[in-house]
Amino acid sequence: MINPNPQTHYAGPALRQEVETRTLSVLVDNEPGVLARVIGLFSGRGYNIDSLTVTETEHEKHLSRITVITRGTPAVLEQIKHQLERLVPVHRVRDLTSEGVSLERELALVKVTGKGDKRIEALRMAEIFRAQVVDTSIEHFVFEVTGKPGKIETFIGLMTELGLVEVSRTGIAAIGRGAAAM
Amino acid sequence: MARTMTGAEMVIKALQDQGVEHVFGYPGGAVLPIYDELFQQDKVKHILVRQEGGALHAAEGYARSTGKVGVALVTSGPGATNAVTGLTDALMDSIPLVCITGQVPTHLIGNDAFQECDTVGITRPCTKHNWLVKNVNDLARIIHEAFYIAKAGRPGPVVIDIPKDVQFAPGNYVGPSNIAHKTYKPRVKPEVAAVRDAVELMASAKRPVFYTGGGVINSGPKASQLLRELVRLSGFPITSTLMGLGAYPASDKQWLGMLGMHGTYEANMAMHDCDVMINIGARFDDRITGRIDAFSPGSKKIHVDIDPSSINKNIQVDLPIIGDCAYVLEEMLRVWKAKAPQLDKAALKSWWKEIDAWRARKSLSYKNSSDHIMPQYACQRLYELTKDRDTYITTEVGQHQMWAAQFINFEEPNRWMTSGGLGTMGYGLPAAIGVQLAHPKSLVIDVAGDASILMNIQECSTAVQYRLPVKVFILNNEYMGMVRQWQQLLHGNRLSESYTEALPDFVKLADAYGWTGMRCDHPADLDDAISEMINTKGPVLFDCRVAKLANCFPMIPSGKAHNEMLLGENVSDEEVSKAIGKEGKVLV
Repeated sequence: MINPNPQTHYAGPALRQEVETRTLSVLVDNEPGVLARVIGLFSGRGYNIDSLTVTETEHEKHLSRITVITRGTPAVLEQIKHQLERLVPVHRVRDLTSEGVSLERELALVKVTGKGDKRIEALRMAEIFRAQVVDTSIEHFVFEVTGKPGKIETFIGLMTELGLVEVSRTGIAAIGRGAAAM
Repeated sequence: MARTMTGAEMVIKALQDQGVEHVFGYPGGAVLPIYDELFQQDKVKHILVRQEGGALHAAEGYARSTGKVGVALVTSGPGATNAVTGLTDALMDSIPLVCITGQVPTHLIGNDAFQECDTVGITRPCTKHNWLVKNVNDLARIIHEAFYIAKAGRPGPVVIDIPKDVQFAPGNYVGPSNIAHKTYKPRVKPEVAAVRDAVELMASAKRPVFYTGGGVINSGPKASQLLRELVRLSGFPITSTLMGLGAYPASDKQWLGMLGMHGTYEANMAMHDCDVMINIGARFDDRITGRIDAFSPGSKKIHVDIDPSSINKNIQVDLPIIGDCAYVLEEMLRVWKAKAPQLDKAALKSWWKEIDAWRARKSLSYKNSSDHIMPQYACQRLYELTKDRDTYITTEVGQHQMWAAQFINFEEPNRWMTSGGLGTMGYGLPAAIGVQLAHPKSLVIDVAGDASILMNIQECSTAVQYRLPVKVFILNNEYMGMVRQWQQLLHGNRLSESYTEALPDFVKLADAYGWTGMRCDHPADLDDAISEMINTKGPVLFDCRVAKLANCFPMIPSGKAHNEMLLGENVSDEEVSKAIGKEGKVLV
């Protein structure tokens, strides 16, 4: 069999493997260009990014935490981990998915416009999803909803019927369960 | 002890403290303060190249032939962009380089200033790491860190981008320190248990083969010594990648020659049929593996590499060992000697018998001619007439490179400088200049092609300026030979743009640069001409007119397995044109 995708060398055995989704937590020095290094690595080597969040988490130590949701075969995922570890400002890479159950949360701001029944229904749904109204007028709401990505997806799906006009999502923040730290 | 000095002074002081003797570079507006400091001292010598690309390749040649870090100094904008090819080349071949680039003053960054470019942005994917220095008080630390990053672990190029105002600004200088790097700590010593398992696997082998690469060379001369000891102790056959030539002496009877696309039949067949493969410092590159799912199907694979990301990247291995080749080999030898394993002598004997049968195919043979100089013959004669000298060989990229690898034998590491991973035409002449500078008394020869040599021909001028007697041996067939060979194999022999019309008269060109020009077009005159080239004092451009349409064999066509090699002897044009299937044509 021939490599059907000449742009990558991960063909061959890797092709027969199932594609999996993983959550990686990457602890990096908060220095200029570090995010570009991580993103450049993914785009340059043809890896996927489903979601990416980054912000400084330990100010005194100049550390930032990058949470990447990525997809690939086990061989590619192993490569991603090793390639990330090779970057000079990277302290640690953890595969939260393979290490057991991790907590994943996302926040979304959802703008819905409408009048009458649809508006009432939107507000009712928001209550069910424990979404907060953070801005309103007589013709719109902005809801703030947090939770697992699936919950956010469902909420947005329902709002689509009720006058959804705009969504902004933070991407996923994740952390391992239990007492151990990264 | 911190001392106050300007950024530009710090650069020179840091280079001196790092033991740097030679810097290859080209001045320009954004590095003038550094050049001013260079002028006022004489510990660090500057080699003025003729284009920044030449500086990078010269630094590579210098680094590869000495094991030291090569240093380049270029200006902002076009200086930096011209450096990109050399940086990428060094990244692919794991060559330690520190490249200092000037940058427009901090307040102009982002303003599309004259000769501004986003150097750290452009060089991020083609360096191991890079820095934009915005505060002069970080500068000395960053330079020392840069030298550490360049040579630690898997070596590679780094860039330090220094804005002009930072070069002028006063700040505190700190010397090189031995403080451990806070994040970059590559593992060099192997896991003892893994080495023990590897030795056990090796000892049980019936059809073993060592497959070694540039990692052994990069690890230093000790690694080559240890490799030789281990290979001789085991009695196993050994082959190497293009990058690893010289780590094991080519004259030894256990040596199978180079493997891969243009490697020997015996090396590739041994790789295909082995039951235990011991990869030391090689990365299962696509030029080596050929068709991946048919690569050495029956073997257990041991993979020694300093870079964990090389493990299981292209080929799934059974026994990965992370570590520096010298440390791993030392441990392997220790365990081997302690265990004194009982080898399966009968099996090994019949394995060698098989190998001898493959050797008997004489895969490097070619049909010689009494009228035309065959390029293989030229390389053979060049080798025979230089082998007893203190010789270093560099190459450009193409057919001549493969013929040089096939016909010039290496007994020692660091003697062979070629652009393996990136395949950069124009590499050989500047690299030879770097090598010659590091080894002024040695014979340094760039085996070149007529097309490649023109890519950095301007560096002839550099060689003259620094009285570097490099010899450029051009296998001139008037074609981009490897392109033409692939067009013959894959594109119905439609030779699209692979013929160089209007080549310069290389003898006159040599003369114009102040070199000695020579030409030879008859095999009977070749030996005398080569001897004359060797004995000529200054640099020589040797225009060796070779048979125009010779192809480089043996060859594993793209998309084929190791045991589907094309051998040169009886290959007709038709066989060649049918050798690569439709799927193979999309491969490089």
